[in-house]
Amino acid sequence: MVSSPPWWRDRRVIPWLVQGVVGLVVLVVIAFLLGNLVRNLSAAGLLLSWRWLGQPAGFDLSESVLPFNAELPYWRALMAGLVNTLRAVAIGLVGSTLLGTLLGMAAFSSNGLLRRLAVVYVEVIRNIPLLLQLVFWYFVVFLSLPNGTDALQFPGVVLAKSGFYAAGFEQGHWHGPALINGVWHAPLRLSVELTALLTGLIAYTSAFIAEVVRGGIASVAKGQWEAAASLGLHWSITLRRVVLPQALRVIIPGLNSQYIGLAKNSSLAVAVGYTDLYSVAETTLNQTGRAVEVILLLLGAYLVIDLLISAVMNGLNRLVQIRER
Amino acid sequence: MSPSLPQRLRRELMATPTDAVVSLVLIVAITAAAVGFLRWALFKAQWVVIQANSTLFAVGRYPIEQQWRLWLLVTLLTAATGLGWGLLRGRRWPLHDRIAAGLLTALALWAPAALSLSLAIQLRWWALTALLLALRWAVGVWGPGWWSGLSPLGQRLLPLGWPLLYLTGMVLISGGLGLTPVSPSEWGGLMLTLLMASFAMLLSFPLGVALALARRSDLPLLRWGSVLYIEFIRGAPLITLLFLGQNILGFLLPGGVAPDRVWRAAWVLTFFCAAYLAEAVRSGLAAVPRGQFEAARALGLTVPQSLARVVLPQALRTALPTMVGQFISLLQDTTLLSLIGLLDLLGTARSVMANPAYLGKNAEVYFTLAVLFWCCCAALGLGSRALERRLDTSRSTTNPSDSAPSPAVA
Repeated sequence: MVSSPPWWRDRRVIPWLVQGVVGLVVLVVIAFLLGNLVRNLSAAGLLLSWRWLGQPAGFDLSESVLPFNAELPYWRALMAGLVNTLRAVAIGLVGSTLLGTLLGMAAFSSNGLLRRLAVVYVEVIRNIPLLLQLVFWYFVVFLSLPNGTDALQFPGVVLAKSGFYAAGFEQGHWHGPALINGVWHAPLRLSVELTALLTGLIAYTSAFIAEVVRGGIASVAKGQWEAAASLGLHWSITLRRVVLPQALRVIIPGLNSQYIGLAKNSSLAVAVGYTDLYSVAETTLNQTGRAVEVILLLLGAYLVIDLLISAVMNGLNRLVQIRER
Repeated sequence: MSPSLPQRLRRELMATPTDAVVSLVLIVAITAAAVGFLRWALFKAQWVVIQANSTLFAVGRYPIEQQWRLWLLVTLLTAATGLGWGLLRGRRWPLHDRIAAGLLTALALWAPAALSLSLAIQLRWWALTALLLALRWAVGVWGPGWWSGLSPLGQRLLPLGWPLLYLTGMVLISGGLGLTPVSPSEWGGLMLTLLMASFAMLLSFPLGVALALARRSDLPLLRWGSVLYIEFIRGAPLITLLFLGQNILGFLLPGGVAPDRVWRAAWVLTFFCAAYLAEAVRSGLAAVPRGQFEAARALGLTVPQSLARVVLPQALRTALPTMVGQFISLLQDTTLLSLIGLLDLLGTARSVMANPAYLGKNAEVYFTLAVLFWCCCAALGLGSRALERRLDTSRSTTNPSDSAPSPAVA
């Protein structure tokens, strides 16, 4: 006679049993934490409320793309911080993609020195914490630059302690950086904090992007290069028309995570005094004590930035995939 | 026949006229950078900021009269390392070991002198290095024989020495069990950095494996819970999570239960790292063919047994490089503790530079920190590659130089 197993060893029951227990534990823990939260917050008089967002902020931002002053409400301050973050991320994405691609391609150079230099760059950058690199660029390099006539001057670009100045169009005319009364003026100006942040972010992220690009190019079969060469294609056309379109399928998913990493790392701006979203949020919390609301806003904002980057990169990825019949 | 050096140089540096120009520019730039750096490091930099604060950088404001406990811990760690090293290699001294021994000796002779430590402390470092190398040699000669004489149970129990050592270290650092307690607010420097990193690594590993298994499970509740957790953590910058730990944890727990600032940060690091580790382990699990699990089940192994004995060993081997990469970035992420006011290595550095006597010595301090971090991370990376080679079952094991037999065989 076949005896059926006891119910606790029945394969139809076990999954539900496990899930029930896990679900119950999670629910109890969440209820416990939320209960404490509500009790502690109401004891401190800080129950969830968004009305403080409309009160005047009372602090100024050292720099902001959106016009801002201390009389404007908190939500305007947070918006200004968000736009500052987006600005740093946008420039950082372009810069690190360009530098990273060049470094990744340098790994395939016919010049042995250039190849090894690219490897050394990646190995040095990846093994030093980003925060350390950022404070190094800011406190050691950029804050020791001279001002006025002693500033570092290149054609169309000036690097001074007061910031980064570049030539550009202003009122329909091309203007270079100019020294007026001992102060530099130029159509394009970045503060020294943003310059330090971008230098650090781009130098760091490009090392990782270089590895992604190198891996992508290496994933294309050698025969592709040889076939293109035997067809008489120049190597630059080979790279552009034959190798890169195939490599992009491997590169783009890798780039996606590097881009998200860059967006998240931009929150380290607080260490170099750039008023990004995180630094504004920190000041807001210190002034209002609204910890839960501020953190919710902060997490939500970074989540949205991440999702945006992912959506764009997934769209790009679909464009370059092989369409099989 | 391999080409001679001039031929190789010619091919590497001057294959085409463009290459020759590029090489020339690069050589000039590298030489200029190297000369500039050496002139700064040898003549301009004032290393006294490092020498005068070396204790602060090492252990922070740990009470001086209790520092013997840390020396004891370092001695225990050194002994354990020598023991493990000797058991692993036996009588042989392959090239890597000779290089490592040479480097360690050079470091022991140079670093304490360069830091102008007192003679008593210099002697301690020499003694520690001597102990390490002596144990490596002695255990290499007599250890394997003793190991094979050990009962199978003993062989299994010996690796448990490491967690035991870790717990001992914890007690030595924090006090208790008859030792004077030293509060976490007095920990600092390299000690705090390594403590935070090792704590988070050890605890995030089982958590990460559990999350990865849950994410691949057939049970929807486990799967969705794990996905939610992993994506939440991975979507947020670490600094916002540390900020959350410092500001909200006090509200989430009943009054007085919340751990102090250092341990809050340690737990946040653990939960943060676990989410990333889970993704690494998941990719490793995905690389194990489903048939492995089914075969194990068909042989009558239970689900936990098949996972622990068949699937996970293969998955973890695949995931090893990614996991070590994760640990390396965890070590680097500990610098973020300085942003929430803890005195890790970077936090200590900032407090030193706030001292008027050392104002403007940023370059020396940051350079030293960069070298320290670089060495730690590079060592982890090297260790990971060595471990990968040892675990690589696809390669033949006939070459004795790079796949050392286990002590039981030697």
